Amino acid sequence: MSYLELQNVTKEFPGVIALNDVTFDVQDGEFFVLLGPTGAGKTTTLRIVAGLIKQNEGSVLFDDHPVDDFPPAERDVALVFQQYSLYPTMSVYDNLAFPLRSPMRKLPEDQIRTKVEGTAKTLRIEHLMDRKTANLSGGEMQRVSIGRAIVRDTRIFLMDEPLSNLDFKLREALRVELQHLQKTQGSTTLFVTHDQIEALTMADRIAVLNRGRIIQIGTPEDIYDRPATTFVAQLVGSPRINLVKSQREDGSLLIENSDLHLPMPPDCEVPQEVLLGIRPEDVDIVPEGEFSGQVALTEPLGVETVVHIRSQDQTLVSLMPGLMDFRTGDEIKFNILHDRLHCFDLDGKRVQIK
Amino acid sequence: MFLFLGNYSKESYTLAEKYMATIELQQVEKKFGELHAVKPMDLTINDGEFVVLLGPSGCGKTTTLRMISGLETVTSGTILLGDRNVTWLHPSERDVAFVFQFYALYPHISARENISFPLRAQRESKEVIDQRVKEVAALLRIEHLLNQRPGNLSGGDQQRVALARALVRRPEAFLMDEPLGALDADFRESMRAEIKQLHIDQHATTVYVTHDQIEAMAMGDRIVVMSEAEIQQAGSPIDIYFDPANLFVAKFIGSPGMNLVSADYTQGVVSIPGTENRYPIPDGWRSPIDESVGGEGKIVLGFRPESAQLMAEGPLSGEVYASELQGAYSVLHVNVNTDDIVHIRTDRKIDYPIGTIVHFDINPQMVRFFNPETEAGIKKEVSQ
Amino acid sequence: MATFNEVGPGKPVTESARVDKLTPKSRITHNLRAIIVIVIAIVILVPIFVMLNTAFKTRPEVVSVPPKVIYTPTLEGFVLLLTERAIASPAVLEELQAAAQAGELGLFDRLALKSGQEITGSSEYVTRLRNSVIIAGLSTIASVVLAVFAGYAFSRYTVIGKNDLLFFILSTRFLPAVVVTVPLFLMYTQLNLHDTHIGMILLYTVFNLSLAVWLMKGFMDEIPLEYEEAALVDGYTRLQAFYKIVLPQAVTGIAATTVFCLIFAWNEYAFALMLTSETARTAPPSIATMMGRGGIEWTAIAVGSLGFLIPVVVVVFLLRNYLLRGVTFGAVRK
Repeated sequence: MSYLELQNVTKEFPGVIALNDVTFDVQDGEFFVLLGPTGAGKTTTLRIVAGLIKQNEGSVLFDDHPVDDFPPAERDVALVFQQYSLYPTMSVYDNLAFPLRSPMRKLPEDQIRTKVEGTAKTLRIEHLMDRKTANLSGGEMQRVSIGRAIVRDTRIFLMDEPLSNLDFKLREALRVELQHLQKTQGSTTLFVTHDQIEALTMADRIAVLNRGRIIQIGTPEDIYDRPATTFVAQLVGSPRINLVKSQREDGSLLIENSDLHLPMPPDCEVPQEVLLGIRPEDVDIVPEGEFSGQVALTEPLGVETVVHIRSQDQTLVSLMPGLMDFRTGDEIKFNILHDRLHCFDLDGKRVQIK
Repeated sequence: MFLFLGNYSKESYTLAEKYMATIELQQVEKKFGELHAVKPMDLTINDGEFVVLLGPSGCGKTTTLRMISGLETVTSGTILLGDRNVTWLHPSERDVAFVFQFYALYPHISARENISFPLRAQRESKEVIDQRVKEVAALLRIEHLLNQRPGNLSGGDQQRVALARALVRRPEAFLMDEPLGALDADFRESMRAEIKQLHIDQHATTVYVTHDQIEAMAMGDRIVVMSEAEIQQAGSPIDIYFDPANLFVAKFIGSPGMNLVSADYTQGVVSIPGTENRYPIPDGWRSPIDESVGGEGKIVLGFRPESAQLMAEGPLSGEVYASELQGAYSVLHVNVNTDDIVHIRTDRKIDYPIGTIVHFDINPQMVRFFNPETEAGIKKEVSQ
Repeated sequence: MATFNEVGPGKPVTESARVDKLTPKSRITHNLRAIIVIVIAIVILVPIFVMLNTAFKTRPEVVSVPPKVIYTPTLEGFVLLLTERAIASPAVLEELQAAAQAGELGLFDRLALKSGQEITGSSEYVTRLRNSVIIAGLSTIASVVLAVFAGYAFSRYTVIGKNDLLFFILSTRFLPAVVVTVPLFLMYTQLNLHDTHIGMILLYTVFNLSLAVWLMKGFMDEIPLEYEEAALVDGYTRLQAFYKIVLPQAVTGIAATTVFCLIFAWNEYAFALMLTSETARTAPPSIATMMGRGGIEWTAIAVGSLGFLIPVVVVVFLLRNYLLRGVTFGAVRK
């Protein structure tokens, strides 16, 4: 039985269709990520689930019960915003207690205190209780926001890019914590982001959203290994996937603007012109490689090196582990791993290579 | 004399010709009241070098950049640009171009007018202006956008226009303040490569500020890691990555950063308190460690996520805390004792549920040690 | 000789400053500007100073030529303004003089005695001032309260024809007040609102509402929506979220709006003159025309102006920080 379900949700704003027939479900205890670029409709989706805006068509169900007519207060969801979520006129303790003090709940103060202190302990913010929220660092503020969501013990957590405004290192640390927290508490979470690393590392399942439409739903492996369209393929993976136009030419695929031929099995069904997707980690620079090119640029990242390879007029990006001692202009040889190629037709849809 | 008058109208400009554009900071310091924003700092940026000032928010990197540009005064110290002492020169007299995080493009005029603005301010002739704008637009591939207003352009394009505006002046140095911070992740990646390519072609002295260590590693000729108002380490990306000078640099560089485990050291063996984990010290480390921490005592064991190898039986073990699929590989977060979590880079097909006990070993070439009191890195004995 | 370019300013700079703001030349221009501003301020304050002096002089001292700068202050003007006097009959005069000698007479009585008068009660100025306080105060409260709710509604809700409505509200300020005084006069007479407190309060409230609504809408716009949404999701109703979250953050905006409305209502002259006569007349119309026995009573007018000035100055001084924010809030867009 699914905990949260959206069925054919459509939302229009004057002049733009924000969400177009969006359908997906989130299982009980699942960490579900909505991934998409800015403007895709992710925040709109979240606000519809929370009840802050009303959809034009379709319905939202919690545990198979439609909640479309319920105001936000009655839906019992917790929402963590990107910013501006902590009430600036109150201390951290009051911020955490605020949801519990709502007239709807009528909880006695000592119960509120127990809950608040428990939450603070989980998030390791006990030492900040009396501070005014303006005196907190970015990471501490976000912890308090998450705390305010957790303290209510709701059935669904909605998170709107909560890590986007944090420093790189803070984001890393909070990512791991959030994931661990979600797994140990078993809370159903709908998490929205444009950062593909967040999606890949934290999600049980991902839904890719673009311009109001769901493009693909699947586990992180599905999304990464079997992207349904070029859009999805380019969205996940860092560095970005190489996408090159190629033509079929007697038993091989010729990459446009280069002299790279990729052998194809004779009975394979692939259209005349395809967009070939090659992940940078599948371009292997080895002395005995079958293809040759020049080094256009290297980006040494320590743990790995990004090498931009030029072959005639085509550029391919390769990701090699460890250090690579190349200079711009060096002639190199490389392989492209055949069994990891992605084929897309010219419209961007995935084509299976039989 | 020529430089002082700010006469920049050379007839034919080949971007390979530059003035001597070394930037030198001598004991440059900045205080805000009692707060030390930048402690006295010495730094030399060589002609044509791409130097990255890297650090977390509040470390002083942006303040340093602003002092070089003149948007901020120094409390004490000297700034030299080429052979000129520019410490107290008007920002416009220093001949540096500043690229901001939020583009700072004039919204009411077209891209072309934005780009030519600095030249018109210097009262260049119309032919020179048109010529240079064309050159720079071709370089950054924005010719088709020249007549648009900034409001109609995407973030990446706006940043390109901002870069063009800086380039068109042909200053002695470029100063960039987190220029990619406001862009989406995919734009950031492509702009990163573009800026690096641009630097390889133009070879202009550049000082680049960022908190993103991947950007720093990818683009910098040299990285200056800053924290709490001082320089923690300055060196090439490889030096910073493989030989961090202290705990901060070790942790900050790398995604995730270096694993740093507090341990006890006795007789050539490192043991992690509270567990059975024992790691024998590889060759070449014994004497430096003895020298630094004495024959016995506390030490910090450091190793990067990719230098740890999972195996069925190994000297070190722990319990899985979380596992992250990061695309081409996975990162396993392992509790080696109640306080320390280490990150191990693994093949992506491997998935360990929370609570599994795993064993691993560390590549002896890549292990590092730190003195827990001074936080400094211990240098390995150089073999003869 | 070392120039600024070579050695910099004398002492270390420990605040945030751009280099070009510290050069000797820019220092000079900065100081020059400050001096000009001070001079202009002095010029503007001179009439106030004169008024202060006039309030404490005696009648002959006021009109003397050349004007007296050194004088002994006296409270004669206060007496003239604040009390009703009548020429005392000889019997009463004797009584008062005896009391004065015995030291039992109050200050005002003694002053009145000097010109052979006795005090018969407080003058209508006191009533006028009280009217001003009541009318301006209540109308300010009314317009601010209404504006807070209206501003919130305009800011948060989709109102049909919102932009048109807002423009319409703004357009009421295009009119000079005098243009509508005659129709208003007729209306008020018909409604029996002429010369009533409630009539004036209503009028000032309505006139202030346009500015107040615009100001409050602006302030409400600045408060991010996310705070209320978080409260809604947490289980509060809209109204509760409004009281607990929005209002505390709107306090500075409310203070700024209050000051603006108060200043307008307090100083309002045209309507006060046309639409009131005895009962509800406020201070402004009466001060300028205070006639005494021998013509225009300068000292009384000065004291009256002073008394009229002080309450507003005190209020604005107490709220000065909010006022500054109110003036600049729209100037810098995020």
